[in-house]
Amino acid sequence: MAASGLRIFNAYPAFAPKGLPAFAWWPWEGTPAPVWLTLGGWLGGARHWHFAMMWVLVLNALVYLVHLYHRGRWRTLVPRVNAWRDAIEMARYYLYLRRDHPVQGKHNALQQVAYTSMLLCGAVLVLSGLAIWKPVTLGWLTRLLGGYALARWWHFSAMLALGLLIVVHVVMVLSVDPYALRAMTTGKYDAERWSPEARNARPFSRWFPRKVT
Amino acid sequence: MTAPHNADDARTLRRHIADAVVEGTERLRDRGALSRRGFLHLLGVGAVAPILAACNAQGTPGMRRWLKAVGKQNERLERWLLVQSDAVDRVPAGLRTAGRAFPSYFVSAQMPRWDSSTAGPWSLVVDGAVRRPLRLGLPDLMRLATRTQRVQHYCVEGWNAAVDFQGVPLATLLRMAEPTRDAAYVDFASFDSGYHESWDLESVMHPQTLVVLGKDGAPLSPAYGAPARVHSPIKLGYKNTKYLTRITLMPEPNGGYWSDKGYEWFGGT
Repeated sequence: MAASGLRIFNAYPAFAPKGLPAFAWWPWEGTPAPVWLTLGGWLGGARHWHFAMMWVLVLNALVYLVHLYHRGRWRTLVPRVNAWRDAIEMARYYLYLRRDHPVQGKHNALQQVAYTSMLLCGAVLVLSGLAIWKPVTLGWLTRLLGGYALARWWHFSAMLALGLLIVVHVVMVLSVDPYALRAMTTGKYDAERWSPEARNARPFSRWFPRKVT
Repeated sequence: MTAPHNADDARTLRRHIADAVVEGTERLRDRGALSRRGFLHLLGVGAVAPILAACNAQGTPGMRRWLKAVGKQNERLERWLLVQSDAVDRVPAGLRTAGRAFPSYFVSAQMPRWDSSTAGPWSLVVDGAVRRPLRLGLPDLMRLATRTQRVQHYCVEGWNAAVDFQGVPLATLLRMAEPTRDAAYVDFASFDSGYHESWDLESVMHPQTLVVLGKDGAPLSPAYGAPARVHSPIKLGYKNTKYLTRITLMPEPNGGYWSDKGYEWFGGT
């Protein structure tokens, strides 16, 4: 989706409507994405990819959300109201400003904030995508997002935010708990062998274990 | 608009991937039987390689067939949505129009101009599946030009532009021509090197679909499709034929200039 979307973006790599000044919320008006990041070969090809794969994304999201709700798994994912305190403590631990690992459930507060943000990005992506696919037929949605140009900006920004979150997520997995890569792909999670706190560590500290004397 | 292919980059990338796959399988063979880990490794390469190889490419023939089939279903959904929604393009009050920044575009080598000295006076023909075929000169159309609207123009490339257009609602012309029962599609033909695009009847009957004669209060100039062009905010830019000569009602669609080159035929907004 992102690769074909970037190819579509490259056909007009800006947000301002014609005849209006450059978009204030995007400093790189007119700068296209690198070609090797794109998919589709040309604008028409990229559009076909985008408008077909969007159904795969939506179906996948529906299965995931139904599962999340039905099994009650959203409780481990959605941060509590005062999670920002725990998130700060967790960040302090990662930054060596706190010695012991804060007590946590399956996910710590930082993870909860990040994963819930990813879901919100997904929601913004789908809604803004509909708004720029059908700016007249679904005009109410486009107006809700501030018009066609702003809806494109929302769509692009949510993609960037989600991409950034995914990169940070994978870097943290590799640097904190590489074993989790298998759990991520297969879904198996050995909760009895390792507690979440035991699994968690400061980034990269597992890579260079201290010698036991 | 057929993009300049970065063919060399794509080829190099694909060769690297092929080398990696060959090297991986050779290493597995040397080790003997496929271990579980080896199998997973191969599976990973098998899943990622086609995605990487597709970078900046349109996809394999099988994939493109699938994309086309999904596109056909999308079209059904889009037409259903259009009929359900009573969609009207509303621009915010006080929005500035693009004016002279409104892009001009044609497919001929030179800007098409109607030459009355050789081709005779320009006229617009409405024919095909109609009971009363029409031939209307510019003065006839001027008398019918009742509608002035400020709407957005949505280009397939992603830009939009607000514009003031004056013209004749297509619904007025079609009612005059009295379409027959089997009229379901409309082709808009031009004198711009065979440029044409065919539409569904619902979009043609949309209140904001016009035969445009004037832009921003002045008669349409050759740069913007003079003497007359089709325009509707309900369709992407490429569906809106300029340098209009003929409106033909048909039982089946007959494609179009950009639709035949690979953009969606429906091209609705």
